Amino acid sequence: MAASAASAGTMVHMQGLHKWYGQLHVLNDINMDVARGERVVICGPSGSGKSTLIRCINRLEEHQQGRLTVDGVELTNDLKNIDAVRREVGMVFQHFNLFPHLTVLENCTLSPIWVRGRPRRDAEELAMQYLERVRIPEQAGKYPGQLSGGQQQRVAIARSLCMQPNIMLFDEPTSALDPETISEVLDVMIDLAESGMTMLCVTHEMGFARQVANRVVFMDAGEIIEASPPEMFFNHPQSERTRLFLSQILSH
Amino acid sequence: MAAAPAPPRLGAVAWLRANLFSNWSNTVLTLLGLFLLVRALPPLFDWGVAHAVWGAADPDVCKAASGACWAMIHEKYRLILFGRYPYAEQWRPLLGLVLLVVMIGLSCNRNAWGLRLAEAWGAALAAWLLLMWGGVAGLTFVPNNLWGGLPLTLILTVIGLAIAFPLSIFLALGRRSRMPVIRILCRVYIELIRGVPLISLLFMASFMLPLFLPTGVSIDEVLRAQVAIILFSAAYLAEAVRGGLQAIPKGQHEAAHALGLSYWQAQRKIILPQAIAVAIPAIVNIFIGLFKDTSLVAIVSLTDLLLAMRQAIADPQWRRFFVEGYVFIALIYFVVCFFMSKYSQYLETQFRSGQQR
Ligand SMILES: Nc1ncnc2c1ncn2[C@@H]1O[C@H](COP(=O)(O)OP(=O)(O)OP(=O)(O)O)[C@@H](O)[C@H]1O
Ligand SMILES: [Mg+2]
Repeated sequence: MAASAASAGTMVHMQGLHKWYGQLHVLNDINMDVARGERVVICGPSGSGKSTLIRCINRLEEHQQGRLTVDGVELTNDLKNIDAVRREVGMVFQHFNLFPHLTVLENCTLSPIWVRGRPRRDAEELAMQYLERVRIPEQAGKYPGQLSGGQQQRVAIARSLCMQPNIMLFDEPTSALDPETISEVLDVMIDLAESGMTMLCVTHEMGFARQVANRVVFMDAGEIIEASPPEMFFNHPQSERTRLFLSQILSH
Repeated sequence: MAAAPAPPRLGAVAWLRANLFSNWSNTVLTLLGLFLLVRALPPLFDWGVAHAVWGAADPDVCKAASGACWAMIHEKYRLILFGRYPYAEQWRPLLGLVLLVVMIGLSCNRNAWGLRLAEAWGAALAAWLLLMWGGVAGLTFVPNNLWGGLPLTLILTVIGLAIAFPLSIFLALGRRSRMPVIRILCRVYIELIRGVPLISLLFMASFMLPLFLPTGVSIDEVLRAQVAIILFSAAYLAEAVRGGLQAIPKGQHEAAHALGLSYWQAQRKIILPQAIAVAIPAIVNIFIGLFKDTSLVAIVSLTDLLLAMRQAIADPQWRRFFVEGYVFIALIYFVVCFFMSKYSQYLETQFRSGQQR
């Protein structure tokens, strides 16, 4: 175990991770390694701790026990480490969380300019590149409030990519979208997966999981119940709880 | 979304119908309003305009007239506007006033906000002080217990706001800080200051502060009042800013942090611009209140606009025309406050443009 953690190919290493909210045990002995370029889809019933788990990776939540290492940097109370990790980890939220007082372009250039210290020109060029990649370069001058949900989420993805992260975290990126715009966001995510990005996605889009995931992780009540490649996960689930969950989610 | 068809342009009659006589109770209110206007306006007009004494005139002429005595203002306006500042030197406060007004005018342009403007303000205030105090460049020295009237009222407000506002932002952030010591300190400060009237703060600054200072050291009186005003308004502004901060969703903080921005970067670039935009009405409300509250410095014997007017009408010859004096400065206060109110509306629309959520 220790050897694999130290190996250069491991982007995220979780070992005996625990977290409580008061009495509630939201993360219970989580052990998981994510390799460079690996795509992991996390699913599970509501309240099972999926968001909490991936938010620990960029320290939006704090774990209370165990070890969590991201790209070789261990997350502790050391602010320097936290900053270093956040620079390398991008995150896409369910509700986009774009900055409404800034234009799309400004949303994308803010962090490269202020955190990476890039010259404005440079940052704008880069931002346009990524906006093209998510197929909305023509919206660069607009404010987030003027865009549809699907467009906003694609801006949010471009905004994260502008930091040129090594890892991307997605927390239910399509749950707040109209059904007809879900696919435009998923297409961008598939595109990203094919480019070799390390991705952790909390999502209930099982089609997406089948298509791009290397591994599907099923969580319930703060525990990882099952983690296996998609064909195995969907066709031969090992645990009763997984089967129940799959039957519920696939019947929709 | 299909837009509703544009309403046809209404004629004057239709407008009247729709807005003033749309139903029975509206009609009654409209008629009542009209009746009151008809009753109130002509006497007011007679008093203020038709039968008033304009321009230079003897008090006896005023006494004979049935209308307002604007001759009193004509006679005393320099005393009202500039207080006890030496008569021959009053071009200096006038110039200072113009300087302040120009700077305020420049600052209204949102695109001008920045370091350059702050520097310009620094220079302008230095020039203002130099002009008022004198003692250099051939200007005679005028101690600041002789400053008064509108320049004093304006400078107390301007410097008060310029320092209290940034201070209030730190207080508001401090009150939400995760560090208990900072949080408690800010909270205690805000609650203490809000718990006492400005008058008692002014008194304390004026009479109690010197007791704590070593003998021989004294702080200027205007400065003492200024400090009291700053401390007072910072506490109120902090609560207004905090209201704005609370309106910003948690997701904004999370997104900023996820992008690697530090606490201060996140506040400066993401949170505060939105929070202050939300808080503008509350903030301007406090600004307006503060401008009027500067008249309280009269109790520590500073001659603000209001006191200057009262001193001006202390002249036995003109004493009976005090109403005109109050009307005159009420107009000045109103113009400034109305400007602030209008400007805040303009700012609100500016901040809102483009960012419908
Ligand atoms: N700040 C908090 N304080 C207290 N309890 C919390 C907090 N955040 C989350 N929880 C609780 O922790 C549990 C796990 O929450 P989490 O958001 O990780 O679930 P999730 O799997 O992402 O669920 P969903 O699918 O609904 O997003 C839930 O029971 C939730 O109520
Ligand atoms: Mg969640």
